[in-house]
This record gives sequence, structure tokens and C-alpha cells, in this order.
Amino acid sequence: MTTENAPASMYRTTEGLGVWEHKGKVAAVGIGHSPTTRRWDGTPENTMGANSIIALRRAIEDAGVSPDQIDGLVLDPVTTTGAHWPEGQPIPMDVVNAFNPTDDPLDGIAKLSAEWILKNMPELTNVKFTMYGLGCMSHAIVVAAQAVGEGRTHTCLVLKSWHNLEGRYNQSGISAADTVPGTFALSPGRTLWGAPGSYGTALQFAEYCRKYGKSHDMMAPFMANSRRNGLLFPEGYWAQHRPEQLTAEDYLNARWIAKPASLFDNDIPIMVSGAYLFTTAERAKDMKQKPVYILNHASSRGAQRSILPTLDEVEAETASTGRKIYEGAGITADDLSFENMYDGFSLFHQFHLEGLRYRGMQNGDALDFYQTDISIEGPNPVLPSGGNIGSGRSRFWMHTDCIQQIQGRAGARQITGVKPEIGVSGGPMPMGGNFTVWSASPG
Amino acid sequence: MVKQGVVPDELTKPFWDAANQGRLEMQNCSACNRLQNPPLPACSQCKSGEHLEWKEMSGRGKIYNYGVVYDCPVKLLQQEQPFNLVVITLDDDPGIQMYSHLPGTPVDEVPVGAAVQVIFEDTANGQKVPEWRVVA
Ligand SMILES: [Zn+2]
Repeated sequence: MTTENAPASMYRTTEGLGVWEHKGKVAAVGIGHSPTTRRWDGTPENTMGANSIIALRRAIEDAGVSPDQIDGLVLDPVTTTGAHWPEGQPIPMDVVNAFNPTDDPLDGIAKLSAEWILKNMPELTNVKFTMYGLGCMSHAIVVAAQAVGEGRTHTCLVLKSWHNLEGRYNQSGISAADTVPGTFALSPGRTLWGAPGSYGTALQFAEYCRKYGKSHDMMAPFMANSRRNGLLFPEGYWAQHRPEQLTAEDYLNARWIAKPASLFDNDIPIMVSGAYLFTTAERAKDMKQKPVYILNHASSRGAQRSILPTLDEVEAETASTGRKIYEGAGITADDLSFENMYDGFSLFHQFHLEGLRYRGMQNGDALDFYQTDISIEGPNPVLPSGGNIGSGRSRFWMHTDCIQQIQGRAGARQITGVKPEIGVSGGPMPMGGNFTVWSASPG
Repeated sequence: MVKQGVVPDELTKPFWDAANQGRLEMQNCSACNRLQNPPLPACSQCKSGEHLEWKEMSGRGKIYNYGVVYDCPVKLLQQEQPFNLVVITLDDDPGIQMYSHLPGTPVDEVPVGAAVQVIFEDTANGQKVPEWRVVA
């Protein structure tokens, strides 16, 4: 079975599409996560592939379905955090021997095919639909939701995995080369001028602060809230390995990466896998967990005119995304119980919030909103998952939290100031991402 | 600040050749009468590569925005940390941006909105690269 990338037509990228034709007909019923680690420890048990299997088996068990009922698998084949396998370096034999290989020796270690999963999870005997949602969990969720809606699969696993190897983020390869190709030198990302990953977001934040009279220190309550929520997320990196609260003082004294982005404004790259089990609303009724219905998925595909998106470009895109999210779900901002938009980097969460018009917010309001009660106990929870800032860079805690909150399974993180009926998650970037509306009822 | 050397490729060769001759050139679609940067194989508006040409710029611009880099991925630049990393907009079309280290301006004392003039600096392999200075 060959696995294709999802066609662009599966993503709802424009306004004016009306209510999603499969609104309320697809549900999430199972969740599974692997443990987190900072980097691969070199053992077979800690490979990205092994983590993937753990997450998938946990999601299956959580949903209470038997593996032979599963007929679909959607995943992101790209698993790098920015770390790449050193060219020519052999893979340890104990790792090679621990798994059933595909033609690619890095499969299961530094990339992931659907074929590898099926070869190493023999219990998945009935998978007939596989597809890649290339980019993030947010892509995989859209593709799986759309595929279940269209009847191409009825009980579908959704997977996102990450590998992280030795060495610093994005510092090998071309960053250490004596010369670079002319096109690379002029490209918007890592260029001749040495822009760190968070630089673009830092500049949008700087422009935002100048325009609205805000400052970086106004982020401190948001950061403390995110870490606090993250430490209440037992599946997350900080809860598992570094259970330290982040005080305003810690945040304000942190070293800069690309001022105004500091160390804590960057999410920490980790190894982790996360999986969900999606099925039809009909089948979900008989499963172990309370179904969480998908009311809509929407995607943004913004393009900046030149090197970096300007504040105007960002705000136009996030406002459009907000309209798409509500239009397809047939709801308004007033219907949101909570939000779990992306935060890696922390300095763009306000763009997502303002685009959503969350709690009536307009452009420029979010940092003042952060000075009010944004906790899980209050009436206006911001990022109850704690996001990537609170639990490390998985880009899926937000989706997991939406499902758990609505199921009433968020544990110590359960929001109490508002009844969790409808939540929204998604991203990553304000200029490009995928968003999902989750609901306790199908419509 | 000496940057990594540059090996011009097919798409960008006219840009780098012009830089070696002390000229700033930008890709322009003559059908749309629209500049673009970074260079692309096709016009980002009409999607055609047919009408792309290279056009000389005035070399004048404004400082649009900046950050200060303390933790740079590029090895060669790490010894210069912290340094300014500025986004310039061209007076020829303020929608067009370029990066600059803004030589001559102290770290984190960047005058946003100030006028700048292009200069050309050597990279590690002698290829010249456009840079910008605040106009006194
Ligand atoms: Zn054109």
C-alpha cells in the first residue's frame, strides 16, 4: 500500500464555504501519548518509532476498540525537531534488530512511514486507508476528520511523532558551512543574516508592542499560567522532568534569543508521540469514552508579500481564520468555552486570540487580557493545556486538552470557571495552520 | 561582520553579479509591474516566470523593524553576538523588505523609521552582499 500526501482539497482554506458538510459526524474517542524525553537516548525502546507504537496502542486501548476494527491511519511522516541524522553515521545494530524495517534505514528513527507502523504493529490487520497530513498534528487531524467524514475510513488512528537527537537546534549542516547557495542566502528563514527561529515572531511582537503601546513584560502572567497548566499535564515534558513553576521574575530575567524573544518564549524541542482515535459519530456512541464531536476544521495559508509577515498581514490572516472557524462550525465567538490555540512561539498567541475575537477581544487587547484572570478556575481560561510552552514542543497538547476538557478527563487541569462545551485548537503559525472546533454535542 | 560566503545559483545570479558591481537589483514582473524579494522562479502575483526581469533600485530605504540576535544558528556570526538584525523596506516599493545587520549602529539602538542607504560588503568568499547604513 502506498501512502499519499493529503491533497490540498481536503483542507478548508477559504471563507465562504458555509457549514462543514460533516459537522458533528466525526468524533474523537481515544487519546494516547508516549513518555517524553529531551533527546533520543540511543536505545531501541526510546526511538521515535517505539514512542509512536506506545502512543497508538494507548489510544486504541483508551477508546476501547479492538485493533482489528481500525481501518485508517493518518500521520505526519516528518518527525524532526530540527535535528537530522548525521550523514554516513551507522544506526546501532540493536536498534536495527529491534524492528521490522522498511527500505529506508532511518524509518522509525528520523522519519516515519505508514508502512513502518503497519509492519511493526501486526495487530493492525484491517487498515485500508493511509494518508499523510504533512506538517503537524493539526494537519493530520484535518485529514483524518475529513477522511472519516467522507467515509474513506470509519475508525482512524491519527499520529504525530517527534525525534530529537544530540546537538543544538538547527546549528548543524548549512549553518556551519563556509558558503551557502545564493537562493538560500536570500530566503526568509535561516539566511546569511543569521535569523534564529523565533526572530520573525519576535519582530511581529515588537511591531505589535509599538503600535498598541504594550511591552514584553506584559507576557509574564501568560507565561506563568502556561507553565502552571503544563505542570498539571502529566503527559508533558515539564511535568515529567522539570516540575518547576515559572515566576514572572524567572521570565523577566531570562536570556534573550532574538530580543524581544527570550529563552522561555521558545518552546523546548522534545521527543514525544501523540495519537488519537477518530470515528463516526454513529460508532462513537458505543465506545468507552464520551465522544468529542468535531464541528469544523479550517486552515489558513497566508502568504507575506516579502521576507517577513507584517503586523497588518498577520492580523488580516488571523481575523480571516477566526471567521472561517466560526462559519464552518456554525457558531460565534460567544459559543467558545475555552481556547487552545498554538503558542510555540509564545509571542504569537495573542494574534490567534485576537483573530478569534475570544471574549470580545479586538486587536491590541490580548496583553491587557493577560493581566486579568486567565486561569483554569476563571471564566476566561487561556490555553488550559499550557501549550508547547507548558509541556514542550509537541504541537498536540492543545488538541489533547480540548478532547480531555470536554470529556471531563483533564484531571487537575480541568477548567472549573466555565462549563467545557466547545473548544478550539490549532496552529501553528498565525500565517499558516489548521484549526479544529471540538464539542460535547454534535451540533 | 563577515557573513558566510555565497555561491550564486541560477535563480539569484543576476542579484549577486549586480552586487559585485555595486548595484542593488530586484526581481520585477514587467507584466504586473511588481517587484518581489526574495527572488522566485515565477511572479507571486501572476504566477508566470515569463515576464521576470532584474531592475536596478535606488538603494534608499527605511528601517521597518528590528530584533537583537543573542543566539544565532550561524556559526560564523556567533562571535559577533549580540547583533542587530534589521528589516529594511525599499523606497522604490515599501512592500519589499531586505535584511541588514545595520553596520555602524550600536546594538539595540536602532532608529525605527530612519532613512538608510545601501552599501556593499565582502562575504567570506569575496562575493559582495548588500548591506545598509543609517543616513546621517
Ligand atoms: Zn506578474
